[in-house]
This record gives sequence, structure tokens and C-alpha cells, in this order.
Amino acid sequence: MTAVASTKTAAPRRTRIRVAPGLVVAVVFAALFAIAAVVPQILATTAPTAQDFTAALRPPSFEHWFGTDESGRDLYSRVIHGTRESLLIGIGAAGIALVAALVLGSLAALGDRFTSAIVNRGIEVVFAFPILLLALLLVSILGASAWTQVIAVGVSTAPGYARMVRGQILAAKNAGYVEAARALGHSRGRVLTRHVLPNAVRPLVAVFTMAIGQSIVWASGLAFLGLGVAPPSSEWGALLDAGRAYILQAPWLTFVPGLVILVLALTATSLGKHIQNSLEKGE
Amino acid sequence: MTRTSSSDVIQNPDAAAHAPASGGEARDAGTAARRRAGRARRIVSRLLGAVVVLWGAATAAFLAQVALPGDRATAILNIRTGQAQERTPAELAPIIEAYGLHDPVLVQYLHYLTGLVRGDLGTSYQQFRPVWDLIGEQLGATFVLSLVAIALAWVIMIAWVTLTAGRSRRVSAFGSTVDTVAAALPPYWLGILLLLVFALNLRWFPVIGGTGIAGIVLPALTLAIPLAGFMGQSVRAEYERALEQPFVLSARMRGMGDLQIRLRHVLRHASLPAITLTGWAIGATVSVAVIVEQIYSRPGIGKTLVAAVGAQDLPVVTGIVILVALAYVVANLLVDIVYTLIDPRLEQS
Repeated sequence: MTAVASTKTAAPRRTRIRVAPGLVVAVVFAALFAIAAVVPQILATTAPTAQDFTAALRPPSFEHWFGTDESGRDLYSRVIHGTRESLLIGIGAAGIALVAALVLGSLAALGDRFTSAIVNRGIEVVFAFPILLLALLLVSILGASAWTQVIAVGVSTAPGYARMVRGQILAAKNAGYVEAARALGHSRGRVLTRHVLPNAVRPLVAVFTMAIGQSIVWASGLAFLGLGVAPPSSEWGALLDAGRAYILQAPWLTFVPGLVILVLALTATSLGKHIQNSLEKGE
Repeated sequence: MTRTSSSDVIQNPDAAAHAPASGGEARDAGTAARRRAGRARRIVSRLLGAVVVLWGAATAAFLAQVALPGDRATAILNIRTGQAQERTPAELAPIIEAYGLHDPVLVQYLHYLTGLVRGDLGTSYQQFRPVWDLIGEQLGATFVLSLVAIALAWVIMIAWVTLTAGRSRRVSAFGSTVDTVAAALPPYWLGILLLLVFALNLRWFPVIGGTGIAGIVLPALTLAIPLAGFMGQSVRAEYERALEQPFVLSARMRGMGDLQIRLRHVLRHASLPAITLTGWAIGATVSVAVIVEQIYSRPGIGKTLVAAVGAQDLPVVTGIVILVALAYVVANLLVDIVYTLIDPRLEQS
């Protein structure tokens, strides 16, 4: 009896941190993507442009994990080497989207009546349009290129995030601590910069993570249509575009890069959700 | 007085129909008139909203054409000939004449708007033909695909949510995980996956999707599965909330079966967010259809649109943008009507 009790008290009171298995998987994948982006040569088995015409269009095997393309290049190494460019496109587009969203959302929530009415209406009208169609419209104005991809995806996804930012600022504006700060006699500007904006912006860390994944999915959609980075690059969208001609003979050329994009999108979403949850709990 | 009568109606939607029998004549005439006025106001505001969206689309379309980098006439001629070079005024004169580029921008804008009202979407830079001639006949195939996909998405979503929502913890969690994953599936990947499994391996469907019924299944599924996941995410929460409602308990006490309760009572409450999403989904599926049509070599606006984007043939692109905006607006007006049919409470608010 006493022995049991003493062992119980003697045992170090470890605060057990519960780690969801989904989070572990997401973190592992995120680490892999990060390594592939920074030092691709560690993970890749060959150079991304090494050709071997005797081994062209081979399906995935032990030797070539993801198969080979029409010039016998190893798809696995190409995917690894394409990670950096794909991630940069995703980060760039997500960055543009969130900066635009922050500006528009703040104007909509904090502007005078006239400004906020105009901006609100504008956000709603643009939000009504499908993202892909908006992006295609922008590509046709700017001409197809990697930069266009970044801008087109960033601008087209911005209205959705702008609505969210607006909602968050409005919610923060009406929160108790803001009322308290106002009651204490703080100036409008001080309340805004010290209380409203930080609390409205903090959740955007989670949103940014998710937006990177989403942006890569949309950008690859553009690339799949032949409106992205030029083919010699092994950016994932460019791989999809290059593989499209072989959809029936060598489906892995499009299937595998697509799967990698999906895994990245799910990783980003799952990480973003965990960040969101921990931010909510922390507050 | 008004208060009691309106709350009566909220609790019992049928009360509106039976009102004359139960209440005083004069009072009901008053509420009816007020309700009519309220309805008229709502319709007017909806129509105004629709006009604003269309006007916004038209303005964006016009601005996009003006925003083409460089001198517009030169750009049009270069797009038409597929070259990139300086042009002499003599070469540019017919282009300037044909597109009315000598007018001030504001006049061009008004011309464009009045043209749109008459159904004139402009003239292709590349082919010098009216945009409507280029996309008119292909539009049908894309819209059919999009509607079939939306219908399929509803079927999949209802079946999946009814099967998994509000069951044991594990089943519910699995159901919502599948929703999330389905919503995230990139269309190009899902399309290739379905093509590989059902057309190449199982040979259930043709590889090249024709216009027949067998040819539309895989393309429609490619559009429907992510949409079903997306709708499922918002319906599931409502569905689980509705399952806790007193009316479900009372239906159970009346001896109604579980499946019947789910389909007749719970679904009706829970489907509202999905109906809203359907209005939005028309535009989304039409644009993603572009990718799907490429995978399955289906006829539709996809090929024309992609070629036009690649060649910077803006009138064609903006023409499609405006048609999608029109479809979106019409779908949303329909959604409003369906909404009040399904949820009579909205009449009152």
C-alpha cells in the first residue's frame, strides 16, 4: 500500500505532452521537403538532368523509384531538385496573397464608411470569381512565366484571405480587452497598433502555412495547362506539363509529381491547423 | 402583436398558410402586405447585387484588355500574326479602326458595355472572329459536365455524410478526414488517378471521353469528388448539430427509423450551407473543367481558353469570364429561391 503510494509520489511528475500522430507525420514530411529544397543533392540519387536513353520511360522500380522520363532522366531526382523552385513559387504567391489581404482587409474593417463600403463590395465581387479563372485572366494579361504564376495565384487567392482578415479585425475590435484599453484612455492609433492588429494578424501565421500548400496546387494547375515555368526546369508543375504528353504510355510522369504536390498540400494544411489550435489554446 | 404572430410562424412554418382561418382578417392583411413588401425589397436587393457582380466582371474584363502591356494596336497585331515587332502606322490603321482604339478610353468602355448588353462579347485578336462564334458551341459541353459534376457531388456528399456523421467517434473522425483529403485533391492528379484505375486497368470507361454517357462519368467524378469533400466539410458540422435537436428526439419517439430521420429531417437542416456552395460551385467547376477536359481530351471551352490565354487573346478570355459571371449570378438567384423553399423561416427575416 505505502510502497505504491511512495512510488507514485517519487515518480517524476512529467507533464505528458500529447503529440498527435498526424502532427508527427506532417513534421517529418515538412522536414523532408525542407531538406530537398535546401540541399537536394543529399536526397537525390542522380543529377536531375542526367540522361540515359537506354532507360527511357521506365515505370517505377527499385532502381528508379519514381520511374524515368522520355530521355531516361530519373524522375525521383528531378522531383527532389524541383522542390526549391516549387516551394519558392508557393511562398511567393502566399506572401503576395496575404500582404494584399492584410491591406484590403484592414481597409475594409477600419476605413471610413465610404472606403470600407467600396473595398467590401470589391472583395465580394472578386471573391465571386473562381480562382483558376482569375489566374488565367492574369496570365493572359502578363504572359506565361514563373513570375506570372506567382503573381496570378497570389492575386487570385487574395480576396478569400482578405475576407478572413476583415472578420478577424472586426472581431478583435469588439473584444473586451480593446474596450478596456479604450476605457483606459488610450488613443485610437495606440489601441489599433498595440491591441487590434497584433491579435488579428497572429492567426495569419497558420493561414500562411496553409496558403503555401494551396498556392502550389493552383500554380501547378496553371503549369499543367502549359502556362507555367518552361519545361527544362524540374519544378513540379513543369514536370506535370512535360508528362502530359505521355499520360497513356507513362502515367507515372504526371501521377507521381501530382502525388508529391498533394502530400505537400496536406502537410501544409495539417501543420497550419496544428499551429492554429496551439495559438487558440495559448491565448 | 406583430411579435407574437411572427414568432408563431417561425415555430410553425405552415402557420402562414393557415393564418386566415385562425386570426383576425385585418391583422393578417397587414402582415401579408408587410411580408410582400419585405419580399419585394429582398428581390430588388438581390437583383441589384447580381447587376453589381456583372458590372464588376464587365469592368474587370475591359480593364484587362486595356492593361495589355505596350501599345494596344501593336500588341493586337502581333498577337494576331504571332510575331513581336514594331509596326508602321499604315499597318496599325485597320486595327485601330476595327477596335475603335482612336476613341478615348471612357468611350471605348461605354461601347464595350453596350456591346455586352446586346450580347456582343467582342472580337478575337487572334482569329478576328466574334468571340461568341468561337466559344458558343463549345460552351454547352462544359456546362453539361459542370452540372453533372455538381449533381454527382451532392449524391456523394449526402451518402458519405449520412453514413459517417454523428456515428461513433472513430467513424465520424474518419468521415471528416476523408472530407478534408477529398477537398484538397488537385484535379489534375485525381483525373489521372481515375483514368489509370477505371479506364486503363479496369477498362470500365473509355480513355478518351466522348460526349456519350460513359465518357462523362470519369471527368464528372474528377470534378465532383473534391467538391463533395468541400461541401461535406460545411454540411457535417450542421448535420451533427441538427442530430442533437429536439425535433430529432421527437421523431425518434414517434418511432421513425434512423435513416429516415437523417434523410427527412436532419439533411433538410444541414443542407443549407451546401446549397449556398452550389451557387459558387458553378463557376468553380466550369473553370476547373478546363483542366479535366485536357486530361480526358473532352470537347468544351478548355482548349479554346488555354490557347487564348497562351496567345494573350484577351477578348476570348474575358468573354468566358463574363459568361461564367453570368452563370454564377443566375445560379445564385436560383439558390436564393431554393433556400426559401427549403427553409420557410427565411421568408420572415
